[in-house]
Amino acid sequence: MARDADNRAQFRPDDHDAEHFLLTTVVGSYPKPSWLSTVRDLERESDAGFAESDLQEAYDDAARVITREHERAGLDTVVDGEMRREEMVEYFAHRIPGYEFNGPVKVWGHNYFNKPSVVSTVEYDEPWLLEEFEFTSDVAEKPVKVPITGPYTLARWSFNEAYEDEAALAYDLADLVNEEVERLVAAGARYIQIDEPALATTPDDHAIVGEALERIVDGIPDDVRICLHVCYGDYSRIYPEINDFPIDEFDVELCNDGYEQIDVFRSPEFQPDLALGVVDVHDAEIETVAEIKSNIREGLKIVPPERLTVSPDCGVKLLPREVAYQKIANLVSAAREVEAELDAGEIDLVAPEP
Amino acid sequence: MTEYVSTTPGLFPLPDWAKSKLGDLKGHQKGDLIGGDESAAIASAYDRARSEVVDEQRDAGVDCIVEGQLRWDDMLAHPLTVHDNVDTGGIVRYYDNNNFYRDPRVVGDLTPSGDVAAELDATAELLDGETPLQAVLPGPYSLSELATDEHYGDEAEFLAAIADFLASEVAAFPDHETLFLLDPSLVTSAPGDDLAPGIPEAIDTVASATDADVVVHTYFGALEEKTYAYLLDAEFDAVGFDVVAADREQTVYNASEYGCPSDVALGLADGQNTLVESAETLRERATWFTEQVPSTDFETVYFTTNTEPFYLPVTKFREKLGALSAAADLDREVTV
Repeated sequence: MARDADNRAQFRPDDHDAEHFLLTTVVGSYPKPSWLSTVRDLERESDAGFAESDLQEAYDDAARVITREHERAGLDTVVDGEMRREEMVEYFAHRIPGYEFNGPVKVWGHNYFNKPSVVSTVEYDEPWLLEEFEFTSDVAEKPVKVPITGPYTLARWSFNEAYEDEAALAYDLADLVNEEVERLVAAGARYIQIDEPALATTPDDHAIVGEALERIVDGIPDDVRICLHVCYGDYSRIYPEINDFPIDEFDVELCNDGYEQIDVFRSPEFQPDLALGVVDVHDAEIETVAEIKSNIREGLKIVPPERLTVSPDCGVKLLPREVAYQKIANLVSAAREVEAELDAGEIDLVAPEP
Repeated sequence: MTEYVSTTPGLFPLPDWAKSKLGDLKGHQKGDLIGGDESAAIASAYDRARSEVVDEQRDAGVDCIVEGQLRWDDMLAHPLTVHDNVDTGGIVRYYDNNNFYRDPRVVGDLTPSGDVAAELDATAELLDGETPLQAVLPGPYSLSELATDEHYGDEAEFLAAIADFLASEVAAFPDHETLFLLDPSLVTSAPGDDLAPGIPEAIDTVASATDADVVVHTYFGALEEKTYAYLLDAEFDAVGFDVVAADREQTVYNASEYGCPSDVALGLADGQNTLVESAETLRERATWFTEQVPSTDFETVYFTTNTEPFYLPVTKFREKLGALSAAADLDREVTV
């Protein structure tokens, strides 16, 4: 069963004038300032005079800048743009005992990633994201969302040398994610997003993802908003099964193919809140506010406004930075205009009222 | 007496220096992938990488040496994506993997291209006739499944055209001892009743273009019974099985129930996992298969990775290469 999603009110800004409230957010990653990459390269060169502490300072500065950039765009909840993370599996594998790295492997063309190997039982050691969260919270005036790569994706996108199957590995990793989430919650986090893009590639494994989520939310209070992000898949193969996942919100990419799959979620009734991708992250053309408003209305076919969150399709890190910013700014403007139209009774709602 | 022969299905990981160098020379977007008209600098980097992987195979003692297919940015779709009458569309998922290739859209006649032959000529020169050369191509069914037909208009006709095209490529090859036709789509999307009868004919077309031993290698799991039965209707020398996949019992069942050629290729080392199997483990896996198919007197058993090994980091791939060679050498000739 979906969790009780009555925890979105805490993200409504005090000065939000409209009666309706569409929660605006991002999936997580954001283009890194070019100087951050330069500092990282220099730190790796032994004779460049850049120390580890210089790199840390650069990470802090980048996190400050991008968190503020999100706030300037008007978002209700913000992320630091994952400035300290290079890759969504590697970042965590470096922090989890049980993983080792053996070199880059091909994804496509000349694009590679350091796919890690699980060589022994995975364990929890140092916190993964606590410092990132605490730093961003100190900087931010808006609530901070924490994206975490999900255990199924961490398992599936690694070489498994140690476990009988990927399910067993995913469940052990889910217990570690649960431990991390507990620490984040103790530090004040109230919005956690579990990223499971691997589910899109192997949709038949939805039961493993469901069981892993049960482990992740075990003991996590109801006022903590739990979101699941999935992208670039055939959603008819995981719906309605996701209705049984213990989540408050399901964040899905649908703008990419022009909402061709939106009807998948119409029947049976959608259970969690819907976080809908309303801008395409693989197209550098900036959607107009009018286009995004039309995209937001696609979401209103599935859930009433009280249960609709709007976000980009996925992380925006591959876009040019100014394009990423403008897409998010337009997303917020569109959400605010749709709220005003809802207040004025100008939008006919087709989804059942709560 | 059974002869054990160590080999691979080709499609190696690029050496790490070549990953960086070619990424810098070519770029990282889909328009930057190999087109068959690469610059001298790019060609020279591939020449160096080819020579390196040929040496590695020789040093490891592998019996049949492949070119490595290092230029095949689009994996098994490569012979089409470099063809003049094929447009490359968007990036699409490569089987059930976190890998992608450019969708080859066939828009004109599949005339002979000679692209793969040129790679093999360069390899033959390196080998200088001392070690057997093994050619590698996609099987006709897999290549047709990986492509989009916008020219021939009919599924059966398209399959036949692909087979003719592959045969014309083979005809231009230098002397080679073995030809591996990689046909994983026979497993992952088994041909329907309308197309299945065309499979043996398509394989015959390609196989008849060479005097070499032809191995039709299947992986990503076991074949459906019906597909296996159709496959056996074709004229070729050895069938390749995935002995690592979880459903390997089905493979043994197929071989026992429908018979098995006396030459087989066994995918013994996992091409998608960094865990390096010992030579003894690989040998046990081979015995596990051969002993359960007692009706066949195996003459030649090729020891190979189950899948293409490009999924692996190079260090682990090299270790697996050594283990395969050692496994075949454990006891060069024994009676099964």
